[in-house]
Parts: sequence; structure tokens; C-alpha cells
Amino acid sequence: MIGFVLRRLLQAIPTLFAVVTVSFFLIRLAPGGPFDLERPLPPAAMANLARVYGLDQPLGVQYLRYLGALLTGDFGPSFSFRDLTVGDLFARGLPVSMTLGALALALALVLGIGLGALAAFRRGSALDRLVGLSAGLTLAMPTFVVAPLLQIVFGLSLRWLPVGAWENGAPANLVLPVITLALPQVGALARLTRAALAEVLAAQPVRTQRAMGLPPHRIARHALRGALLPVVAILGPTAASLLTGSVVVETIFGLPGIGRYFVDGALNRDYTLVMGTVVLVALFVIVLNLAADLLSGFLDPRLRAAR
Amino acid sequence: MRRALGRLARNRAALAALVVLALVTLACLVGPLLTGHDPGRIYPDLVRTAPSLQAHPRPEAIAPALERLAFRMRVTAEDIRVADGQLHLTLSAPNPINERVLSYLPRSDLFGPVTILSREAGGRRLLVAAPVRRLVFPLGTDGLGRDLLSRSLVAGRVSLLIGLVATGVALLIGVTYGAVAGYAGGRVDAVMMRFVDVLYALPFVFFVIMLLVFFRAGLGLILIAIGAVEWLDMARITRAQTLALRHRDFVRAAEALGLSAAAILRRHIVPNTLGPVTVAATLLVPRVILLESFLSFLGLGVQEPATSWGALIAEGARAIESAPWMLAAPAGFLVATLVALNLLGDGLAEALDPRLSADR
Repeated sequence: MIGFVLRRLLQAIPTLFAVVTVSFFLIRLAPGGPFDLERPLPPAAMANLARVYGLDQPLGVQYLRYLGALLTGDFGPSFSFRDLTVGDLFARGLPVSMTLGALALALALVLGIGLGALAAFRRGSALDRLVGLSAGLTLAMPTFVVAPLLQIVFGLSLRWLPVGAWENGAPANLVLPVITLALPQVGALARLTRAALAEVLAAQPVRTQRAMGLPPHRIARHALRGALLPVVAILGPTAASLLTGSVVVETIFGLPGIGRYFVDGALNRDYTLVMGTVVLVALFVIVLNLAADLLSGFLDPRLRAAR
Repeated sequence: MRRALGRLARNRAALAALVVLALVTLACLVGPLLTGHDPGRIYPDLVRTAPSLQAHPRPEAIAPALERLAFRMRVTAEDIRVADGQLHLTLSAPNPINERVLSYLPRSDLFGPVTILSREAGGRRLLVAAPVRRLVFPLGTDGLGRDLLSRSLVAGRVSLLIGLVATGVALLIGVTYGAVAGYAGGRVDAVMMRFVDVLYALPFVFFVIMLLVFFRAGLGLILIAIGAVEWLDMARITRAQTLALRHRDFVRAAEALGLSAAAILRRHIVPNTLGPVTVAATLLVPRVILLESFLSFLGLGVQEPATSWGALIAEGARAIESAPWMLAAPAGFLVATLVALNLLGDGLAEALDPRLSADR
């Protein structure tokens, strides 16, 4: 078990290395620099800035320096937010994005698995069709359509909830962003759960249990355990799409999270901020994929043997 | 195959989806010619008009509009009468009127070319007539006064094109890669699929955003970027299919006949993987369209004057308080298309694999 985790973490190192290298050189290949303003700075000032941020060094030296700093957990100074390091920005933005992501994931899991299971147990009923239909719709409704709709309904006309801003994570400010972020995942999880559960319910073990007269709720518990496997398997990609979705959600609702910093950083040619975000997100996705794998090993003993 | 088509034809949801898709595509292709508005034409006097089937200008809007025009023409407008779509009015001024100012009327989008009926008081009074134009905006106009229906349809061309071409790119890369990996087998397969696993773990959308920001967004770059991101699933599906086909008799026979690996892949393996690959491709198109609109929403996708549904939605989301129809029009097209594509993909999957529908 521990060996497996260690092996997977070791395998993540080349991935992360590739992320850092590719993004570092991609950014430097691009035209334009972080200090290009409408009115160009005097050459002496440009040279000073370049020296302070180490941009006057050869590209290879800069790359090795960045890599070295990264190993000690130092993401470097931000180019666009003066006096702040990328680490400072993450310290501000991470709590916001993490809160959003965790709440949205929880909501999506509860609603998605719940609705999917209900639909599977009542197959062919009106409820089943309703779940199928709304799942299809949430999958086709982009976040950036849902968000303004929610804003206009609950914020502007009903005036129940604020349309944006963070306010130190006040619950009322969190409701709309979390719903927006969770909605597409609810649809995806509901469909997946329904399909997986339908298959398990039609399979031999469940028929045997029925024949033996097991009460329905006991059967449901056994069946759900088997049906959750494919759900757990997509948890990694789900978490990744939550991260992507948070870029839009944070932009629309004006929340100071990592996604916002990423877009702003990219637009401002903030090399270190953009690279830091990419590395951080890659790290997240890797860890979440690992967690999903561990969880599926826990649910299905057959997978444990395969390792 | 014929049986699969028969099953598809009996799936009412999939058929409806097919009809919707055909209609949307047809509308996007020929629609802009029929709306009567050039999608780029700006009507400065009709900014943010609400959707309606009634023609503009409205009767009650004519007098105030004329008053504004008369002010700019430095004349006074009197005796305004509208009958049978013809506007009659008298213009007067303290000095003789320069007749060139009459061009203000047709330039205002509201009236046609002016005819002078008579000149009075030494050119200080003009009796003029002009046809009142009839402009219909079934889906309203946007923040610059452009017809939203025409714009949504033209945007649809771009969105659908990107959906198809980027899926094609992903298909080409994914099927080739997956088929080669599956057919080669052994260590080559292990290394190639390990590479796919590594790529799966990358925050690709962030890479795409980075690319588009740093290298100036353009249609070609968007297509390549999206295609390069979305081929991974396709590679996995094709590889799994290829593994199953590899040891079948007809492949063995082809090998025994001395066909080259490339020929076997092209003629025997790839055609037999088409079923699941078609399903995956059908379901990929809506994802690609969604990804493009996501990028355009962030301002990184299609750039003005070209537009896509995502770009229009972005404009609409910004104006949602004052002009909600600006969001409704493109979002309606986008959501309808995506739902239809998803339904069609599900229908295809069921038709090709009846076991899926048997337990529904």
C-alpha cells in the first residue's frame, strides 16, 4: 500500500518536470514581456528591472534557477503584483479556490450519486426520465451561461443572494458560485451512477440476493458499492474540470481565487504567476488522481491484487 | 450496420436530435442571407432593441427620432405624417436650407432616400417625403445595434466549423496513435500508453489558455490547440479496439499474406474500430464546441469581427441586466446544439451496442 503510493508519487516527478519545462520555454518563446507598457520605459529602467528579476541572465541559467527555487517551494516574485511573491498570492487565492472546489465537489457527489441512484432504482419511471433529461441539460449548459442566469434570478430579481464578491467567504456569497461550479458535474455523475447501478442491479449477485430474500435496502447497499467504482474512477478528471470551471466562476462572480490570478497573470505576462499556477494545478490533479486510485482499491479488492 | 441504423431510426430522441442539428446547420449556412441584415451592419439608432416581430421604427419612435435629426440638420420639422409607409414632413429654417443635409434622413437607418416635393419661401421651407424603413429584429439587436439573429447564425458557422475540424484533428491523431500502439503491442504499447497517462495528468486547459494568450489567438491555433488536447480519449478507445482485433483470423490472414503493418492497420484494423470511434467522435463535437466557447468567453478564442457563440455569450453576460436577450439568443443556439449532439451520440452508442439499451 505505502509502496504503491510512493511509486505513484515518484512517477509524478517526471510529469511535473515536463510541466515546468514546457511551460517555462513556451512562455519565453512568446512575443512580449512583463514590462512592456503602452509607453516604453527608458532602457536604463528596463535593464534595472531585468537585473532585479534575473531576466538578464541566459535562458538556461534562468531555467535552472527557477527549478532550484521551485524545489525549495519558492515560486518566485510576481511580476505584475509588485512587492508580492507568487507564494503570497497563492496563500490568498488558495483558500478561496479550495473552499469553492471542495463545496462544489461535495454538492456534486451528494446530488449526482443520489439522483443517479434514485433513477436507477426507479428505472423507467417519470423520475428516471426527469433525472436523465436534466442531467443532459446541465451537461450542455456551459458555466458561463448558468452563472449569469443565476445572478439575474436570485441576485437581481429576487434579491435573495449577492451577485458576487468574496466577503471573507460569507455563506450567502458562496451559494451561487458553488451551485454554478457543481451543476455540470452533478449531471455527469448522475448519468454515470445510473448506468453503473443499472448494470450491477441486472447482474447475477443481485439476482441471487433477491432470490435469497434479502431486504431491498441491503441489496441497494451492496449494489451501490459495486456501482461506485466507475464513479470513483472519474473523480480525478472531475476535480480537474472543477479547477477549470473555477476560472470562469471566479471571473464572473469576482472571487479572488487561483483561477482569476491565472487569467490576470497570463494577460499581464506575469511569467512566474502563470507558471506557478500551472505547476500547482498539475500537482493537484496528480494528487487527486492518486486519491481516486486509492479509493477504488479500497472499494474493489480485485484492483488491490492487480498492483 | 444496417441493423444499427434501423435501431437508430427507431430512437425518437436521437431522430429529433438529428432534425434539430440539420435545422441549426442549415440555418447557419443559408440563414444569414435571409435575415435581411448584414451581420456586421451597425444600426446606431437601434442599439439594444428587444426581440420582436414588429417592424422598426415604431410609429411612436418616429417623431422623437425626427426631432433629434432636425436638431442635427439645424432645421425644424413640422407636419409629420406617416401613411402607407411614407413619411411626409415640412422642414423649415431661418436661412435657405442646404439640401445636402437631407442625407441625414436615410443615414439614420430609419428612413429611405428623400424626395423633395416642393420648395417654398426661397428654400427656407422644404416639403419632403421619404419611405419609412421596415426593419425586423426577431432576436433583438446587440450593444452596437447589430441584428442578433444574423450574428448568432454567423457565429454558429464558426462554432460548428471548429467543432467539426477540431474533432477531425483529434480523430486523426487519436486513431493513428491508438491503432499503432495497440497493433505494435508489448513494450512500444506500454511506453506509448504511459505517455498518454502522463498527458492525462496535465492541466491541459491551462496550457491552451497560456498558448492563446501568448501567441495571439487565431482560428488555426484554436483548432490545433483543442485538437491536440482532446485526442487522448480517442487514442485509448482505438487501442482497446485494436487489441481485441489483433489476433482475429482476418488480421492473421492478412499478416500471412505478407501485407505491411501500415496496410493492415489501414485496411483491416481502423475500419473495424469505426463503431465506437464514431460514438466517441459524436460526443467529442459538443465538448469541443463547449471548450471553444469557454475560450471565447475568456476573450481568448475567436476575435472580432469574426464571432462564435461563446464570444456572443460573453457579450451577453456583460449586458445581462439591460439586455438579457443578448445572452438568450446565442445561449439558446449553443445549448440546443449541444443537447442534440449529446442525444445523437447516446443514440448512436445504443444503436451500435444494443446491450446498452436492453437494460434500460
